[in-house]
Amino acid sequence: MEQRPAAEAAKLNDTLPDERGHFGPYGGQFVAETLMRPLDELNAAFSQYIKDPEFLAEFDSDLRHYVGRPSPLYYAERLSDAIGGARIYLKREDLNHTGAHKINNTVGQALLARRMGKRRVIAETGAGQHGVASATVAARFGMECVVYMGAEDIRRQAINVYRMRLLGAEVVPVESGSRTLKDALNEALRDWVTNVDNTFYIIGTVAGPHPYPVMVREFQAVIGREARAQVLEQTGRLPDALVACVGGGSNAIGLFYPFLDDQDVTIYGIEAGGDGLDTGRHAAPLCAGKSGVLHGNRTYLMEDSDGQIIETHSISAGLDYPGVGPEHAWLKDSGRARYDTVTDTEALAAFHQLTRTEGIMPALESSHALAYTARLAAGMDRDSIIVVNLSGRGDKDIHTVADLEGIRV
Amino acid sequence: MSRIQLRFRELGEQRRKALIPYVTAGDPQPDVTVPLLHALVAAGADLVEIGVPFSDPMADGPVIQAACERALVHHVSLHDVLDMVREFRNSDKDTPVILMGYLNPIEVWGYEDFAEVAAAAGVDGVLTVDMPPEEADDLVRALQAHSLDTIFLLSPTSSEERMHLVSQSASGFIYYVSFKGVTGANRLDVGAVADKLDVIRGFTDLPLGVGFGIRDPESAAEVARVADAVVVGSALVGKVAGLVDSPELIPAELAATVAAMRTAIDAQAVT
Repeated sequence: MEQRPAAEAAKLNDTLPDERGHFGPYGGQFVAETLMRPLDELNAAFSQYIKDPEFLAEFDSDLRHYVGRPSPLYYAERLSDAIGGARIYLKREDLNHTGAHKINNTVGQALLARRMGKRRVIAETGAGQHGVASATVAARFGMECVVYMGAEDIRRQAINVYRMRLLGAEVVPVESGSRTLKDALNEALRDWVTNVDNTFYIIGTVAGPHPYPVMVREFQAVIGREARAQVLEQTGRLPDALVACVGGGSNAIGLFYPFLDDQDVTIYGIEAGGDGLDTGRHAAPLCAGKSGVLHGNRTYLMEDSDGQIIETHSISAGLDYPGVGPEHAWLKDSGRARYDTVTDTEALAAFHQLTRTEGIMPALESSHALAYTARLAAGMDRDSIIVVNLSGRGDKDIHTVADLEGIRV
Repeated sequence: MSRIQLRFRELGEQRRKALIPYVTAGDPQPDVTVPLLHALVAAGADLVEIGVPFSDPMADGPVIQAACERALVHHVSLHDVLDMVREFRNSDKDTPVILMGYLNPIEVWGYEDFAEVAAAAGVDGVLTVDMPPEEADDLVRALQAHSLDTIFLLSPTSSEERMHLVSQSASGFIYYVSFKGVTGANRLDVGAVADKLDVIRGFTDLPLGVGFGIRDPESAAEVARVADAVVVGSALVGKVAGLVDSPELIPAELAATVAAMRTAIDAQAVT
């Protein structure tokens, strides 16, 4: 399939964000002074190279030969039959190298880091997928890599920790705060402010200070560009709906962004409902949070009435984050995308359903999108088409699933 | 003239340098803070800086992170911090009080309402670590409307363009972060600080305070030679951490540290 990211990026970039990274009231650059010039330098480099044919050719080549793109768009016929409604197509990001969409972005940022002469990369990670994707590209490009990970997450994700170490990365346990993803992000920011001269911070999602939300979007938009072309090729028309899970929101923005001008395509982002919104134990800032400022951007947050960030809960470590990318906050307020939640229990049921009907084991993150798709598809007719982002594979979650079901693996 | 401006003018006339201790409000428990502030003033503090506890203090090192966590065990909120300032003001009408913290507690309260209550409580200046001037127009307007000084940071990475920008939004004084890093690290290079302050003085007449990495009387005196004010945080907060089980000792212990720094700073001014 022909890819033309340069032209697409130039066209779609015309509107939002503004030059300081604002999506309406959201986004921006809320960081301490020391990081302002490094962010300006990063923005200058990104703005230059995202229009540079040589850079884009190298990025495309790596996506093709290293990541394994384009990823298939697969018609899940038996799943569609089992649900008995709309036809469901899966965008198979689970088939990428390292097993998730995260690698699209880390390849892009590592190429940029190399152009900027940075020999050391750092990353934050929750479940470990972005950490693995960062360690992977660091190995590929011969860079030093340090990954910050909450001590609690290290305990829960031992295999990914070992995987990162095999790849040559140093994994640093973060013992502060709730010892999870948000604290890992704090610690990565502290490293960056200390080692800013030689270090490139690879943020894993469409959040953080400008230019990260727009940069990660550009590196992930390949998902939606491919999906749009593939669905047209396979069905002769655009889908009725897109569905993707939203933690920070990078797989969702990657799918949604190239469809934003297609007003007949309804867009659904699905947050982690955890034990249910009414229990307070969830990770759904868009559906149950308020606007605030954290990690360099204004967005919807899980926060208390004093403005302190509160702990989140989800069965899926990749969705277990109290913020969300600012472009999602904007898409919600503008009404262009709709946001809803599914619970841990519903996500787990969807995990099993796809595994048994299609022989595809989804990540628990992606299982949230699948659970909502089942709800949506059941109310639609057979002529309707839903494209779901199958953002990652579920191998990493086997222990979590087994534990929940009382099985010792 | 604001209390901060007034204080710097007095100090200038006396050819003295300001000493600004920082403590996190409510650390290790809420009833310590007001007596501690009075003790710091008695020991020679010219202004006091009060840290507003935040769950995610991204610009701070482990010492102040731990202080935030200790305060948040007691759910110390921005409202509580302003109550402490009000109580402090009852018996100290002169010492300028600066709030230092992160934006989100102010953001959820609302800039206007916060500014009004803070000014009434006796706050003189506000430093919001994660809000550069580019994002600060509305907050600056709200604070200025209530005659609160707007204190901003400059750092070793700040370009001359940014020095100009910051000097347009800042009032009271400008806080120069002495090195690339987080609070409490040990990377102070006074020579490099002096060079940068010279450049900054080309853009502003405001007093220049220097913080980060000032750990003892010697480093306080060295920095005082080149800056208008010396901010000491982690060196004090680290002592609080060692006294959580005997909080009644905290005011005297921290006052002793501040007094030693005061002596060293004033001694270098004479020589």
